[in-house]
Amino acid sequence: MDKLVLGGREFSSRLVVGTGKYKDFPTMKAALEASGAEMVTVAVRRLDLAAKGEASLLHWIPKQMLLLPNTAGCFNAEDAVRTCRLARELQLGGENPLVKLEVLSDPKTLLPDVEETIKAARQLVSEGFRVLPYTNDDPVAARKLEEAGCAAVMPLGAPIGSGLGLRNPYSLQMILEQAKVPVIVDAGVGTASDCAICMEMGVAGLLVNTAISGAKDPVAMARAIALATEAGRLAFVAGRIPRKLYGSASSPIGGVIGS
Amino acid sequence: MRATVNGEQVELPEGLTVAGLLQHLGFKAERIAVERNGQVVKKARHGEEPVQADDVLEIVTFVGGG
Repeated sequence: MDKLVLGGREFSSRLVVGTGKYKDFPTMKAALEASGAEMVTVAVRRLDLAAKGEASLLHWIPKQMLLLPNTAGCFNAEDAVRTCRLARELQLGGENPLVKLEVLSDPKTLLPDVEETIKAARQLVSEGFRVLPYTNDDPVAARKLEEAGCAAVMPLGAPIGSGLGLRNPYSLQMILEQAKVPVIVDAGVGTASDCAICMEMGVAGLLVNTAISGAKDPVAMARAIALATEAGRLAFVAGRIPRKLYGSASSPIGGVIGS
Repeated sequence: MRATVNGEQVELPEGLTVAGLLQHLGFKAERIAVERNGQVVKKARHGEEPVQADDVLEIVTFVGGG
């Protein structure tokens, strides 16, 4: 079987989905199920001192799904490392050593602070975490994160939540050529075809949140994105034909009547 | 005594442990992690780890995110 291996774990689905920004928990649960994902991202946040006993997110995540804690909202390496340590504690000792490392630089673009991301990655790797870092579509940054011991590299296709799709396929191609760890496109997917385009290039997996949670029908979009991810992977493995400028007939040239 | 919990100054009784603090604040969620002055307090130690004046505590859980 064609499995995705991340930090020593095998996944049949190459799609990782987020749990943010759903209009309600029942819709989220249905969308997670429709996505076929085996791992979902979650964020770590302060408990509200005023709101006690509110509905827990975890009751709405199907039990078989692995949690991938993220460090979303962190703007420096130190906060990201502390968040991962708390996430490990929240997993009661660590069902999953994988963490999604995200250190942002700017609240408007949500682009990553690569310098702080690399710093946090080194520290987290030394503490036994399997680090999946969100990064720019920059081959140099990807190489440095790989050298820091990350279990994958996760370049953006476009800014988080922008839905702009894969904006720089040539940078992604360079990252794919050099990377010895799985490359996952994290951020930028807007619709199903974006997933197929990335997967056809040979990306190992995709991380998608807003494209599903923000769709008019999140459950249908989850299914569409799952199918496109699988279709793109199959096409990559099958090996596409080279692009040619001119036509090339599919039927025999000779034997046409009247010739 | 006063301590900072999740960024807010709160008045707490003397002699609390972390477990006592969670009870005092009314938190019952199964998945709670606590950081005291920058260090995670493991769940097994909640009953013995003291909370002292001017401590900075972070009490967190998982929420939806991408």
